[in-house]
Amino acid sequence: MIIAKRKPLKDILKMIENCKKILLVGCGTCVTVCSAGGEKEVGILSSLIKIAFKKEGKSIEIIERTVKRQCEKEFIEEIKEEIVSCDAVLSMACGIGVQAIADIFEDVSVYPALDTTFDGMPEEQGVWVELCSCCGNCVLDKTGGVCPITRCAKSLLNGPCGGSQDGMCEVNEDTPCAWQLIYDRLKKQGKLDLLTEIEPIRDWSTSKSGGVRKIIREDLKL
Amino acid sequence: MKAGTNLERLFNQGEYLVTSELGPPQSASISLIEKKANILRGYVDAVNITDNQTAVVRMSSLAACVIAKQHGLEPILQMTCRDRNRIALQSDIIGSAALGINNVLCLSGDHQTLGNHPGSKNVFDVDSIQLLSILKNMRDKGIFQNNKTIKYPPKLFIGAAANPFGDPFEFRVIRLAKKIKAGADFIQTQSIFDVDRFERWMEEVRKKDLHRHAFIMAGVTPLKSYRAANFMTKIAGITIPEEIINRMKNAKDEKSEGLKICQEIIERIKRIKGVRGLHIMAVMWEDIVPKIVKESGLYPRPK
Repeated sequence: MIIAKRKPLKDILKMIENCKKILLVGCGTCVTVCSAGGEKEVGILSSLIKIAFKKEGKSIEIIERTVKRQCEKEFIEEIKEEIVSCDAVLSMACGIGVQAIADIFEDVSVYPALDTTFDGMPEEQGVWVELCSCCGNCVLDKTGGVCPITRCAKSLLNGPCGGSQDGMCEVNEDTPCAWQLIYDRLKKQGKLDLLTEIEPIRDWSTSKSGGVRKIIREDLKL
Repeated sequence: MKAGTNLERLFNQGEYLVTSELGPPQSASISLIEKKANILRGYVDAVNITDNQTAVVRMSSLAACVIAKQHGLEPILQMTCRDRNRIALQSDIIGSAALGINNVLCLSGDHQTLGNHPGSKNVFDVDSIQLLSILKNMRDKGIFQNNKTIKYPPKLFIGAAANPFGDPFEFRVIRLAKKIKAGADFIQTQSIFDVDRFERWMEEVRKKDLHRHAFIMAGVTPLKSYRAANFMTKIAGITIPEEIINRMKNAKDEKSEGLKICQEIIERIKRIKGVRGLHIMAVMWEDIVPKIVKESGLYPRPK
């Protein structure tokens, strides 16, 4: 899922400093699960904003809403009236949700309350890790189910650099070396011979390097 | 001969080679390169010119190679995959060959977050093994990475680094084999302090016959002080045994103890079968290199 975290309050306040009425809209999917922008976080941020405004002798009206999926237009349609009634929309969705609203309501200011950080999963309570770079050309079949493009700081495809030490990455000693993980998994599976092959140079055009990506499925089009 | 460089010629003559390292200045001045060249000239067979090592901005390796060559050194151009994509890497290679720089060492590169521009974006379009294969194909097949013909292919003597001290240990020799298969003609190792581990690594190298397919040079670094030793342990991929750290800590004369340790390591390395030379990385202590070379019985250098 998409992992995000809230921007610092001062940055958020700066965006809405001249607003009298805003719509604070959360999303019920990924950012709810990662506790960044669900109904609960909408409530908390709303209170924080009101307190901050009050401290400065200002007031602000905040409509709080959380839609099921802010990345789909039909769910945004549900809050259409609230959107157009406000000075601005402060979105607690990922960058996709922010853009989905902005795309429909071109004359409305939509501000991001979150920084969208990565695609990953919770590792333990309160800890999330990055696992996928959406490169568009998956190699997990060859790497024991561990993504070197995402989880190796240098995206190396042919084994660990010299900085792999005691299973940890040179960039951050709290981060496991992806190639140590790959090595250990393939060893368990009796597939170490996979690592003797030279992984050829990649065609990165399936990734962001190829420009803005789009998928068209003729079989699904109406 | 693949490139006809001094380095390649001496290896093929069966000599025991000595190389060293020269870090370009963090400015546009050539005086530092001149100074280091004057110290090293005649004592080493070739000199690695580093490519923004430790991700700190310095004069480009290629420019410094040309200046070093003008001052009588045989340069080895270091190339990392951190800052350039395959377009820039290939462009720099044909440019360097045109300027008479034909020894190249391929590296992944230290991560930029560890350097002095931690907010920069990295590239890593290809990794060091893939870069080796690009250079080999440019030289042997006369083709670019896209399979298009190069009318006048670059002549290259291609090198790679190996770290016997990185983990997982068992993978280190597999990785070396991949580098040689991909195109490495010569190998320079990370600084060796744990000679026992290096001996075990070389044993595996000999079992796989890899020393017959590439010239392997052992990396050594003289420790200038206890502080320098501690600093070295923090560098990615370097391990210094506790015993050596303690010797440096308790030494009355740290410099001479550091030198003594280095000489002891060199004496042991010289007895290891399959090692074809020494790569002396005297970081911030270049002026000690002539003394190390002389005291190791490796002076004068062959012609």
